Amino acid sequence: MSLLQIENLSVQFGAFRAVNNVSLTVNRGEILGIVGESGSGKSVSMLALMGLIDAPGVVTADALQFDGQDLLHARPAQKRKLIGKDVAMIFQDALSSLNPAFTIGAQLVETLKLHLGLSGAAARNRALELLELVEIPDARARLAAYPHQLSGGMSQRVMIAMAIACNPKLLIADEPTTALDVTVQAQIMDLLVSLQKQHDMGLILITHDLAVVAEVAQRVAVMYAGEVVETSPVPDIFSTPRHPYTQALLASIPEHSKGASRLATLPGVVPGQYDRPAGCLLSPRCPYVQPRCHTEHPPLQATPQGTARCFYALNDAGSPTHG
Amino acid sequence: MFTFILRRLAVVIPTFLGITVLAFALIHLIPGDPVLVMVGERKLDPEFYKAAMTRLGLDQPLYLQYWHYLTGMLHGNLGESIVTHEPVLSEFLKLFPATLELSICAMIFATVFGLAAGVIAATRRGTVLDHGVMGAALTGYSMPIFWWGLILIIVFSVNLGWTPVSGRIDLEFDIAPRTGLMLIDTLLAHDLDAFKSAVMHLILPSIVLGTIPLAVIARMTRSAMLEVLREDYIRTARAKGLSPVRIVLVHALRNALMPVVTVIGLQVGTMLAGAVLTETIFSWPGIGKWLIDSISRRDYPVVQGGILLVATLIILVNLLVDVLYGVINPRIRHAR
Repeated sequence: MSLLQIENLSVQFGAFRAVNNVSLTVNRGEILGIVGESGSGKSVSMLALMGLIDAPGVVTADALQFDGQDLLHARPAQKRKLIGKDVAMIFQDALSSLNPAFTIGAQLVETLKLHLGLSGAAARNRALELLELVEIPDARARLAAYPHQLSGGMSQRVMIAMAIACNPKLLIADEPTTALDVTVQAQIMDLLVSLQKQHDMGLILITHDLAVVAEVAQRVAVMYAGEVVETSPVPDIFSTPRHPYTQALLASIPEHSKGASRLATLPGVVPGQYDRPAGCLLSPRCPYVQPRCHTEHPPLQATPQGTARCFYALNDAGSPTHG
Repeated sequence: MFTFILRRLAVVIPTFLGITVLAFALIHLIPGDPVLVMVGERKLDPEFYKAAMTRLGLDQPLYLQYWHYLTGMLHGNLGESIVTHEPVLSEFLKLFPATLELSICAMIFATVFGLAAGVIAATRRGTVLDHGVMGAALTGYSMPIFWWGLILIIVFSVNLGWTPVSGRIDLEFDIAPRTGLMLIDTLLAHDLDAFKSAVMHLILPSIVLGTIPLAVIARMTRSAMLEVLREDYIRTARAKGLSPVRIVLVHALRNALMPVVTVIGLQVGTMLAGAVLTETIFSWPGIGKWLIDSISRRDYPVVQGGILLVATLIILVNLLVDVLYGVINPRIRHAR
C-alpha cells in the first residue's frame, strides 16, 4: 500500500480552479518529483494536502489517504497531530519562513514539545542533534541565534531540521533550493536526499528544475494549469516523454539547445483564470493540435510507462500518434 | 543590550536640550512682564521693579539667563511658584503620583482591551464582529473627552449611582501618602474599604482617559496582525501542526506587537494631554489640573517647569519604548 494516496484533489478560489482533479501516489522511501511552470498548481495542491489553504479557497477530493489514515475527513485537531510530525513541509524562501522574533532553538524545541512531549534539556539536546544532522557548523551557538543572523542556506538547513524533527514519513519540499545560490543549491539537495535515504522517508520534491528531478527522483508528475498531464518513472520521461507539454519542457533545457542559436520555447503562456480553453488546456500552444483537442478535454490515459493526458500521446520516436 | 540603551540615551540628550530652550523661550515670548504680573494691581515702585529684575536675573543678557536656568535645572531647581512660593519641582512631585496612577490604570485598560479587540477583529476579518469592534473603536476615537466623561458621569454616577463623581477617594478615609499612589497606600494601610473606594474612583477617569488610546491600539493591532498573518512564517507555524490559538497569540502577536508598542508609547503623550481634561472633569488632583490652574493664575514658573517636566516624561517613555523594541525585536537589538 502506498504511503500517500491523493484522488481527484481540487482547489477552487472563487470561480478559479487552481488545482483540478489531481491524483498522485507516493510510496514509502520514494522520491516523487512534481514539475511544472509557476502557477501550474504544484504548490497549491501540496498546501491543500497539508490543510494550509484558507478561505476563500475550497479544497475537495475523493480521497486523501496517508499511512492508512483518512486526512480528508479528519477533524482539524486530529489532522494537526499528523501535520508537522508524520508529514512535514519545507518552503521556497527559508529566510521568511522562520519567525524573526524567536531563536532557532526555540522554534525547533516548539515542534519537539508539541509532537514528542520533549522539554527542558531533552528537547535542547535533540534540537542540537538535529542541527548537527543538517550539518550546521557550530550548532550549539546557533541554537541561540535569530533567523536574521543566518544566511539563506543556513535557514533552509534549519527549516529541514525542523521538518525532520519528528522523523516524518513524508517530507514535502516546495522548491527548497530556488531562493539559494547555485553552489548552496547542490549542498541542500544532497542533504535532503541523504536524509531521505537515512530515514526512509517519502519525499515529494516540487521543482521546475528538471535536472534535479533526473538526478534524485524515482517518479515524476508533470503539472500544467492545475492538472497532472503526465506521470512516468524518471529515466523514461527523459527518453520518451508521452505528453507534448513534457516534450516541450525537456526541449527548453538549455543543454538540449546546444549549437542552436535560440533556446527552444513553447509559444504562449499558461492559461490564467479567464482564458482557460474549452478542450485540452494545452491546445492553444500544442504543436500537434487536432480539431478534437479544441472541444474535448482529454482524460489521463495509460502510456507504456505511466499516464498522459493526451488523445494522441507521443510514441517512442516523439511523434504524436494520430499519424 | 546595554550599549543599545546607551546609544538610545545619547540621542535623548539633544532632544532634552531642545525642550529646555522651548520652555525657556516660552516665558520670554508671552506678552507682558513677569514682574508686572507679580506686582499685579498694586502701584509699581521703580526702585522695587529694578530690584526685582535683578533678583530674578532678568536684567542679564538672554544667553546668561538661559545658562543659569539650565544649570539651576540640572541641580533640580525649576524656580518657585509665584502664587504659593513652593518650589515647582516639589509641587510637581506631590501631584504627579495621582496622574501617574490614573495614567497607568488608563493605559492598562487601553492596552488590554485594545489588543484583545484588535486580535479578535483581525482573526475574524470581514465578519460582523470585525466591523462591530472597529466601528466601536472609531466611535471611541472620535469622541470628545469632556463630552464622553460627562456622559459616563451622568449614566453611572448620577443615574445608576455605581461610581463616585469626583476625587481620588471618599472623604471619610484619611490615608497617609507613602508612595502617593492611592491604590498602594490604601493597601499599605491595610484599609480594604479605602482600597475599594480608591478603585471605584479610578474606574470612570481611567475609561475616559483610556478610550482614545484603546481605539488607536485596537486599530493598529488589527492592521499589524493582518499583515503578520500573511507572512511565510505563519504558514510554517501551521505546517508544524500548532493550534490556531498558539499561532495567533505567540507567532503572530509577538511580531505584530512591534508597531503596537510604538503606538502605545506615542499614546502616552496623548494621554498626558488628555489628563488635563480628564482631571478637570473628575476633579482629579494631578498635574493636568495643576497646569490648568496655573495657567489661569498666570503662574509662569509653574507652567514653564510643568511643561518641561511633562515633556521630559514623554521623552523617557519613548526611550522606554525604544528599549522595549529591542527586547521584542532581535533585529533591532543586534543592529549596529
